Amino acid sequence: MSIEVSTLHTLPPYGMACEEKQAFLTEELKALSLHHVQRCPAYARMLEAAGCAPGDIRSYEELPPLPVRLFKEFSLKSVPEEELHRTMTSSGTTGQQVSRIFLDRETSTLQSKVLAAIMADYLGKQRLPMIILDTSAVIKNRAMFSARGAGILGFSMFARDKLYALDENMQLDVDGLTAFLEKHQGEDIFLFGFTFMIWQHFIDQLRKTGYQPDLSRGILVHGGGWKKLADQHITTEQFKDALRETCGLTRVHNYYGMVEQTGTVYMECECGRLHTPVWSEVTIRRPEDFSVANVGETGLIQVSSLLPRSYPGHVLLTEDEGRITGVDDCPCGRKGKTFEILGRIKQAEVRGCSDTYEQK
Amino acid sequence: MTNLEKYINAFVEALEVPAEDVAALVYGESTAWDSVGHMSLIAALEDAFDIMVDMDDIIDLSSFEKGKEILAKYDVEL
Repeated sequence: MSIEVSTLHTLPPYGMACEEKQAFLTEELKALSLHHVQRCPAYARMLEAAGCAPGDIRSYEELPPLPVRLFKEFSLKSVPEEELHRTMTSSGTTGQQVSRIFLDRETSTLQSKVLAAIMADYLGKQRLPMIILDTSAVIKNRAMFSARGAGILGFSMFARDKLYALDENMQLDVDGLTAFLEKHQGEDIFLFGFTFMIWQHFIDQLRKTGYQPDLSRGILVHGGGWKKLADQHITTEQFKDALRETCGLTRVHNYYGMVEQTGTVYMECECGRLHTPVWSEVTIRRPEDFSVANVGETGLIQVSSLLPRSYPGHVLLTEDEGRITGVDDCPCGRKGKTFEILGRIKQAEVRGCSDTYEQK
Repeated sequence: MTNLEKYINAFVEALEVPAEDVAALVYGESTAWDSVGHMSLIAALEDAFDIMVDMDDIIDLSSFEKGKEILAKYDVEL
């Protein structure tokens, strides 16, 4: 690596223009691929089978992306057993296989620090009071710790006083919310939740009860996929309109991310575009031959990240479709590529953080 | 209570471990100190010493000993 792992998180998240970033990523991902080739025999064999010698690449886009599915079927890791710190599993409803991602302390810390750097760009450096638009039950049972629980905890670092908006029976905690908002009057408030849970439980109960908390100082970060909302024909605009009408919330940021590349989340800016931070990149590939698509062209989303060091998940082909919406030209001023998600490819299994909530 | 006692107490209460065990604690190596326990611990330390810990320090606080170094940055003498 040309850059020390320990200082990686100090780079400005959106300060590098696309052209410079491509050269940076190529150098870093080349080194990272060699790191994995030396430590993960299965990865080395896959590259060999694909005819790729990572030392010789001129662009990181020459590296063959591993399908995210592979992490469900194989235990891929680049650290010895005794250095494993924790294993993350993707959400998955009953009967589905889950991804298993092996983290050592280095990768785990790097993920937290990069997530913190990205979030600071949207929330500021201060830790804000936080309302979690979910039930406290989700983290109560540590043995059943899901991607949803892990997401909530990961984002909880940015808070200094927390409240769950829903009780253990998924009922809106009106008294709790009222007291919390009174206590933090005049402060910005960080809200976090999973898109579908927010729609199904928070917005729905605000409408039914007529309770109108004043969340005009709120900054909502939500993710977990649109699949269930798309099935109900709910658009981004309807979601945002509903939040504005029910609680005055106008600063709303969706994010795109996955357990296979925790840390490098893609945040939606004030202009509604998803941004790639300096540590990771989105490449769109044509489904027919996996060649790199042009700006504006729809294809499969490949995500590349500098963070995965304990498992070879640095270059992955997702099962999501999307397209690049711009390069270094977003009115919000953040540099790099912007993109949008258009949905999940057909035949792909249903997954996603909030999508796995089963209605009783 | 001395600051050291308060410090030990924060671990005991947040992680629900006996006082004699805290000195050897390392984040992630026991079921008590997992990511849930970690956020409780940070909250307990912030309450005990009336400080607000920066994000980077929350991430760096990975052992009983490391926590002492971090608290020193907030002018807490142990």
